[in-house]
Amino acid sequence: MHELAVCQSIVDQVSHIAAEHHSSFVEKIYLQIGPLSGVEPGLLQSAFPIACVNTAAEKAELVINTLPIRVRCKSCGAETEVSANRLLCGKCGDWQTTLISGNEMLLERVELQTEH
Amino acid sequence: MCDTCGCNITPGNKHLIEIKGKLSKTSDGRAAVDVLQGLLSENDHQAQHNREHFDKHQVLAINLMSSPGSGKTALLEATIEALGEQLNIGVIEGDLETENDAQRIRAKGVPAIQIATGSACHLDAHMVHSAVHQLDLSKLDILFIENVGNLVCPASFDLGHHRNITLLSVTEGDDKPAKYPVMFRAADAMLITKADLLAVLDDFNSADAVQNLRNLANPAPVMELSAKTRQSFDKWISWLDDELQHYRQHLARGEQLRPKLQPDGHNIHNNQHVHHAHPHDHKHD
Repeated sequence: MHELAVCQSIVDQVSHIAAEHHSSFVEKIYLQIGPLSGVEPGLLQSAFPIACVNTAAEKAELVINTLPIRVRCKSCGAETEVSANRLLCGKCGDWQTTLISGNEMLLERVELQTEH
Repeated sequence: MCDTCGCNITPGNKHLIEIKGKLSKTSDGRAAVDVLQGLLSENDHQAQHNREHFDKHQVLAINLMSSPGSGKTALLEATIEALGEQLNIGVIEGDLETENDAQRIRAKGVPAIQIATGSACHLDAHMVHSAVHQLDLSKLDILFIENVGNLVCPASFDLGHHRNITLLSVTEGDDKPAKYPVMFRAADAMLITKADLLAVLDDFNSADAVQNLRNLANPAPVMELSAKTRQSFDKWISWLDDELQHYRQHLARGEQLRPKLQPDGHNIHNNQHVHHAHPHDHKHD
């Protein structure tokens, strides 16, 4: 259950971005979370209301986009979608693959209300 | 994928990097800021500070992760004994409560700092930083950071270490890498511990454990050993020696050694500290 710690970090970052842009009201926060990030989107959504109390993000909507797990095969070059515990090439079955998406843990975009 | 560091900048999100931090308007007139920053950027910043501190003193920092009771402290006790006077070791111990593990390490004549995390399920870079300040790094070659026993959360936090070791004890089952892919994918080496018990266990197959690790596309070396009987312990000790040499060669070339795989936020280069609130400008001796 480290999602609360992650949420606190998100709120800190977002509050700072809001202050930089002279906003005291964050409307939407967009995240990219991959299944291999170790962070569970549902738990983030549950922890967020606790982390955002008394901050500029208190009324913000948290929008979480998840990307599929995709690997590129070092042997045959194919790019395939795979499951979290079988990162084998979907075409030739080789295990020597490189992850090309699915481990994201990113703050993508913040939407703010500004005075002007 | 980025050719420089293997990070996760994909064709789908590359445009966000290029316009990062730029203020635009949404269709209904709100201000929108594109960020694309790791969610743990404050932790990552502190971790980088820790790593620079280790590098200044040429201390190889190794993060030990596993479930509770898989033998991390026993591994350290045996490692300290096996190394004898060869290398100077320091240990940071992370547990929810008690000084027990640090006391076990100190009993071997090695400096150990206990971090009691309270209810926190993992160590973070700030906790490690506080502990590091209680150690004299100038007297160390290797610093082991024994993370909180947990196969989930510790994998998401950079501590500033150089290598991740994941332990899998034979009583846990050979399918742990399949069940906890995030943790085992992060391993720079996997140790199958308590191997002396294999003689009485008929349901742990080391080859299957290795296959489950390979299924995560992880080429990390696997060492099967016992801290109790010291079976195959020499392989572990020579891995440590090799990694220390490798680390020192990196430093000599002015390069920084990092775990082979890190959570995504660490890999987004050039934009780590744009929104950073304070400078961390204190100096270490």
